Amino acid sequence: MTAYLFILLGTVFVNNVVLVRILGLCPFMGVSRKLETAFGMGAATTFVLTLGSGTSYLIERFLLAPFDLAYLRTIAFILVIAGIVQLTELAIRKGSPVLHQTLGIYLPLITTNCAVLGVPLLNVSQRHDLLESLLFGFGSAIGFSLVLVLFGAMRERLEGADVPVPFRGNAIALITTGLMSLAFMGFAGLDRVR
Amino acid sequence: MFTSPHITRATSVRALMVKVLVALVPGIAAYVWFFGAGILVSIAIASAAALAGEAAMLRARAKPLGLFLGDGSALVTAWLLALSFPPLAPWWLVAAASLFAIVVVKHLYGGLGQNPFNPAMAAFCAMIVAFPALMSQWPAPGLPFDVQLGLILGTSRPPDAVTAATALDALRTGLREAGAKGSVPAVLASGPAFGAFGGHGWEWVSAGYALGGLWLLQQRVFTWHVPVAFLAAFALIATGFHLADPVRHASALFHLASGATMLAAFFITTDPVTGSTTARGKLILGAAVALIAYLIRAFGAYPDGIAFAVLLMDMWVPLIDRTTRPPVFGHTRK
Repeated sequence: MTAYLFILLGTVFVNNVVLVRILGLCPFMGVSRKLETAFGMGAATTFVLTLGSGTSYLIERFLLAPFDLAYLRTIAFILVIAGIVQLTELAIRKGSPVLHQTLGIYLPLITTNCAVLGVPLLNVSQRHDLLESLLFGFGSAIGFSLVLVLFGAMRERLEGADVPVPFRGNAIALITTGLMSLAFMGFAGLDRVR
Repeated sequence: MFTSPHITRATSVRALMVKVLVALVPGIAAYVWFFGAGILVSIAIASAAALAGEAAMLRARAKPLGLFLGDGSALVTAWLLALSFPPLAPWWLVAAASLFAIVVVKHLYGGLGQNPFNPAMAAFCAMIVAFPALMSQWPAPGLPFDVQLGLILGTSRPPDAVTAATALDALRTGLREAGAKGSVPAVLASGPAFGAFGGHGWEWVSAGYALGGLWLLQQRVFTWHVPVAFLAAFALIATGFHLADPVRHASALFHLASGATMLAAFFITTDPVTGSTTARGKLILGAAVALIAYLIRAFGAYPDGIAFAVLLMDMWVPLIDRTTRPPVFGHTRK
């Protein structure tokens, strides 16, 4: 039980997928300009990432491993993720057209979010079982959504700041990401029991 | 505006900052009394670097030099930075940290009043991540001034006898070395690093900070919300862990009197720029900083978690402010 708790803590805070592993920076920069889109993107990515982790595990366990097809792993995972993203897009277009419009190109681009591919690959290399894979995917996605939302709120405030002209926009956003990453280093060591 | 016969007095940024500097004096005095004048050199270096960085950035951004340089905010950052750094850290470390704080963390965001992160704490985090060994050079009490100066200027190398671990460090390594048998009372009884209830000497420095902080509170430089929430939460959490496992966790008194707890309670978490602006937000902020700081202290990889906790909560401030904004008069909460 504690092991599962530490997987969650570890993925949300200690090894945060964006700020510590530095994966998925593209949507992190792209959809964090407004808080509402950050929430929507976080929810969509959580869905895709959790489902993708589970499915990828099943494919690895029952298809790739038995037939010795590990060299097809990357392509197989991308295929699965692309399928799940299409599913999510359909659901969002039906359920919330406004969100669909604001997320725009970033919704299909979840496919190319390297965190979404990176987490299933990490699952394989860390030999997680099904439940661990699901938790690892879910935790990573929660970590991603958390910092995305925090960053969204910070960027709304930065809009009003008198940032020197050469640093406006993405430059100051990247500097902010660096400082956030620095803050997250403080969690180092908190995912192990001493 | 001035319809009633009220006596008003304009508060300027300068007056506020000068008060904060004055309030730091008791703590600094205790510091010098127990650990020698090295800290004064450190403060001077940090101040010089911070002012130079501030002037350069103001010049580059074509802002009025005299107005912003004279407001004292760079000095406050420099003093807090020097006080949180080990006083024996080499001069270039303190100078680089001050420049980082002023140039990157403050001015790239637009300068005074607009930086989302606390400059002194961000610089502290950056340096402890980059130079963990140098950031643990704390002086043993009673170290002669010339030895301290030699260490700061880098003309002599530190023999082991002159530096000492802080109380938090000593407790941490003491527990680790003793392994499963280690217990807090045994470690506390053994080391010269410990005083009556906190670190030797540090308990008086902490008391000095608290004294200055209470004066600032009386002067209404900040409201009671953040320090009270921070200290109460810290005491509560530490007491909880202490009662649950007195062998592995020190008492609340030890935690309050050691490390940067008092400095943080009155001078760092109360930062008007990076802190929350709503009353409820301040309470949440203070308590959350205490919780994260305690967890990092007790279980994390760094000796004192306060700088990281402050930086982490600075990230939350815009969101907290948004959700705790009181309803406009006449409107109901939606």
